[in-house]
Amino acid sequence: MAERLKVHVDPDKCQGHARCKALAPELFELDEYGNAHAAGDGTVPPGLEDKAWLAKSNCPEIAIDVIEE
Amino acid sequence: MSDVSQPAAHPPVTDWVNDFDHTDPQWTDDPFPIWEELRAASPVVHTERFLGCYMPTTYEAVREIANDTEHFSSRRIIVRDVRPEIARNAAPPITSDPPVHKPAKQLLLPPFTPDAMKKLEPRMRAICNELIDGFIADGKVDAAARYSKYIPVQAIAHMLGIPESDSDLFINWIHMILELGIKDESKLLQAVQEMSDYFRAHIEERRSKPTDDLISYLMNAKDKEGQPLEESHVLGSLRLLLIAGIDTTWSAIGSSLWHLARTPADRERLIAEPSLIPTAVEELLRAYSPVTMAREVVKETTISGCPVKTGNMVLLSFPAANRDPKMFPDADKVVIDRRENRHAAFGLGIHRCVGSNLARMEMQVALEEWLKRIPDFVLDPAGTVTWSQGTVRGPRQLPILFGRAM
Ligand code: SF4
Repeated sequence: MAERLKVHVDPDKCQGHARCKALAPELFELDEYGNAHAAGDGTVPPGLEDKAWLAKSNCPEIAIDVIEE
Repeated sequence: MSDVSQPAAHPPVTDWVNDFDHTDPQWTDDPFPIWEELRAASPVVHTERFLGCYMPTTYEAVREIANDTEHFSSRRIIVRDVRPEIARNAAPPITSDPPVHKPAKQLLLPPFTPDAMKKLEPRMRAICNELIDGFIADGKVDAAARYSKYIPVQAIAHMLGIPESDSDLFINWIHMILELGIKDESKLLQAVQEMSDYFRAHIEERRSKPTDDLISYLMNAKDKEGQPLEESHVLGSLRLLLIAGIDTTWSAIGSSLWHLARTPADRERLIAEPSLIPTAVEELLRAYSPVTMAREVVKETTISGCPVKTGNMVLLSFPAANRDPKMFPDADKVVIDRRENRHAAFGLGIHRCVGSNLARMEMQVALEEWLKRIPDFVLDPAGTVTWSQGTVRGPRQLPILFGRAM
């Protein structure tokens, strides 16, 4: 629980389902085509860890990585 | 103008594993046990019907095919008894393969982002409430014919800038293309022709009076070389938006109401916890996914160890993938608070549904507004629920009783 988490979106896999943005709006941003990238440098602020995992497990393209640092 | 005729019958299926037929009445009414039987037999099954057709039965096999644009082409996307000539620009980008797919898709994505859909939401709420106003005093309604059907029709008409009052015309074309056209090519060609003429007239009108809608958007769009799109491309994309925008969400809203009419515990929970509706919508999408796409095998390969031969079609069943117990625990149950839900209702890979954000918004709003005004409802025991046939699955007749009539 103590580690810091970072989210990352693989741009080659992402197809813009926008599930990540719906489930964790603080952690993801969408471009003009609706494809996602991590907000900022992807660092997950404390308290939002659950949302990061939730986004990962709901991405239909398996495009999201949650990295424990 | 409404054509309620049914597609012609095929000989009934006696051997599902080797001779399946997704237009058989048994499949249409209740496909779930059939998919289980097929999945138990093989990750990919085959039928001689439809001039030869495979069906992947597992999530993994569906995913492999959806991501393999080398061996599987989208030039034909509906499994039919016939293989009509391949029309250039039939319905880009859904009928396009790489490399022409990507620019065609990128054109359509910006008008359908979640932010764009938020702007449309107030209009959707108004549409739902106007529809409910029309029958709430009766205590009963065919929720498919008078509610779920008109929500997406009016939404896409609004976005395209075509009259909502032409709705019945659109619905008839879609019935001809997606259902009757499976077995009768002339119906398919007739509907495509009529749609093209209809859109051509709207394009002509906008040449002198430009508007702020998707027709004008496509007329003004430029291709990679900075040239305007060919007319066939504009017409193809307009046909796609109309066809794909209606039947699919109509079916998804209808199946959701069908489920809630039969499952009071889920209904009560959503009324008590409206914030659960978006999660429940994902689960209803998983469990009752409306859309099955198709591919054509253009190069021999194997899928999950099963060889597939060129010239055959593939029934790319996202609905069956979404019922795969290897992927979803309790896949056969509707768990409205399911947290992990990587469902494939909107497809996977480059052909992910352009309208998925629109469909999700429409479903959430349609359920929210319905539950606010009609919290208690049941299926009308005196009526019959009927299901569509073919590419899109959803209730076409959904008789419901509510309030005092219950
Ligand atoms: S859920 Fe996955 S595919 Fe969809 S936008 Fe997010 S990262 Fe991309």
